[in-house]
Amino acid sequence: MCGIIGVIDRRRQLMDGTKIKEALASMNERGSGEGAGYVAYGIYPEYKEYYALHVFFDHIREHKVPLEDLLEKWGTIVHDEQIKTCEQPNLRKVHTPWRYFFRPDPTLMPKSTTPEEDIITHLVMKVNSERNGALIFSSGKNLGVFKAAGWPEDVANFYRIQDYKGYLWLAHNRYPTNTAGWWGGAHPFNLLDWSVVHNGEITSYGTNRRYIESFGYKCTMYTDTEVVAYLVDLLVRKHGLSEKIAVRAFAPPFWEDIDRMPAKEQELNRAIRLTYGSAMMNGPFAICIANENTLVGFTDRIKLRPLVVGESGDRLFISSEEAAIRRVDKDVGNIFMPKAGEPVIGRLYA
Amino acid sequence: MGAVHINAKDIHYTQLNEQIRTIVARGGKEIILDNILGQRFIGDGLRGDDVTITINGVPGGDLAMFMSGPTIIVHGNADHAPGNTMDKGAVIIHGSAGDAVAHSMRGGRIYVRDNIGYRGGIHMKQYKGKRPILVVGGSAQAFLGEYMAGGLLIVLGLNDAAPVSERGVGSGIHGGEIIVRGEVEERYLGTGAKQEPLTSEQRAEILPVIEDFARVFTIDKEPLLAADYSRITAAHARPFANKYTWE
Repeated sequence: MCGIIGVIDRRRQLMDGTKIKEALASMNERGSGEGAGYVAYGIYPEYKEYYALHVFFDHIREHKVPLEDLLEKWGTIVHDEQIKTCEQPNLRKVHTPWRYFFRPDPTLMPKSTTPEEDIITHLVMKVNSERNGALIFSSGKNLGVFKAAGWPEDVANFYRIQDYKGYLWLAHNRYPTNTAGWWGGAHPFNLLDWSVVHNGEITSYGTNRRYIESFGYKCTMYTDTEVVAYLVDLLVRKHGLSEKIAVRAFAPPFWEDIDRMPAKEQELNRAIRLTYGSAMMNGPFAICIANENTLVGFTDRIKLRPLVVGESGDRLFISSEEAAIRRVDKDVGNIFMPKAGEPVIGRLYA
Repeated sequence: MGAVHINAKDIHYTQLNEQIRTIVARGGKEIILDNILGQRFIGDGLRGDDVTITINGVPGGDLAMFMSGPTIIVHGNADHAPGNTMDKGAVIIHGSAGDAVAHSMRGGRIYVRDNIGYRGGIHMKQYKGKRPILVVGGSAQAFLGEYMAGGLLIVLGLNDAAPVSERGVGSGIHGGEIIVRGEVEERYLGTGAKQEPLTSEQRAEILPVIEDFARVFTIDKEPLLAADYSRITAAHARPFANKYTWE
């Protein structure tokens, strides 16, 4: 059991983190104090052309220089600083969070059609699998993940989440069940512009992991959710599918339902299931995925985890509980629970 | 003692339930909770047949769990599993409710004016005089009455929506009955469930319940009393005998 909430302002109006913290904390029952986190899009406008790398260092003196040597091999560090934190009595600071604004050198990946993204992905996978006292947990442009092992309020206060203003937020309150809670295992999971929060468990993790690792991704966080971030990167960024079709691959209709579809739709759905069978996710889950212009929410196809949607003017909310949405906007309208496996998608207007 | 108001804004459910219990212990019969937002477990395990709690707002999950006697009236939507293992009393929801409404309910009544989520009435049960009733005015999502072991579950399909148009209706049902206005498409019936038209005796038995539902929500009862209904029950006495036991 975990608690999730996501909101997108389709007109890019900025929201600071105060209300998101309150909404997440209202679902404290869904967590165990072993992990909470936030991601906000639109928070680094002055550095928006550069990849914002958020890093957990075990020891600054020992681990910072080797990481910077590696980054400088692949591009330029435009600016770096310690992420501002405020010590909390109930949160043990076991890592030092740092941020780099980084410009990769595309000439170093000459055969790639997306050299910058591929350099970033390579760096994230290399650093996180080598476990050399550094972990890159956020790597997109103009966005940042803030997470730690703790309760939602403590993690929010630790990072001073109220000081960040974003047009799209995801937040997660973790109740780890299958693996231990730790800073890297808190949600959101992020790669490039993709961020994922998840309530439930992906029992097909083994299959999904083997599949995604065959494309060069490396699973290093000791928990199932990270495969979702890599799968969506593969299917949407690299294979060019829409988010809607990607969700169809993750939570496809049952064969008996496909059999009843019109011929053309049958053909499409069969093709998705046959091509992306190893990307299909089993088990109970409610997931929110975001990129720089989209918020997507969906559940497993027999709806074993809750997901509530609400709309209020330009804002679309997706959460585990209606009351959490009403913490942000008490008069939110059009509350509904989407059908199992069917994505709800909110996009920026322009 | 007259009606007691509690402003529940930002009060944790533990303190809230303590206040409710204190009021009931002192003989309070009517409690009004204002500004409820997400508090779980309201009225859980509470006793007192003549106690009424009015909730203004959106309560959290497991409302009225193990409750035995009181009436809870919600002006707003409810979250997951209102009436979980409830024993006696009533929950009246002027809105919709989440997944697993009336989960394992063993007695009393739950009326939901609008819609419910997945697995409504999962594992409702009955024993001797205890027979729980869940009535839904709007529609229900998939796996309605899953593993149902007893009780009465009625879905009326008001607001121009079919009562249920998703899979798994009565999946694993081995007792009790699911009544829907009109009928459920055969393909939506779950494993071990069968559907038949109501007999006149069965109809006579459910009409008072529907009439009461219409009265509570001030809905025109005539179209409901004139409508056709279908009844979904267990196809065999022990539909899963071969699945879980070896004889």
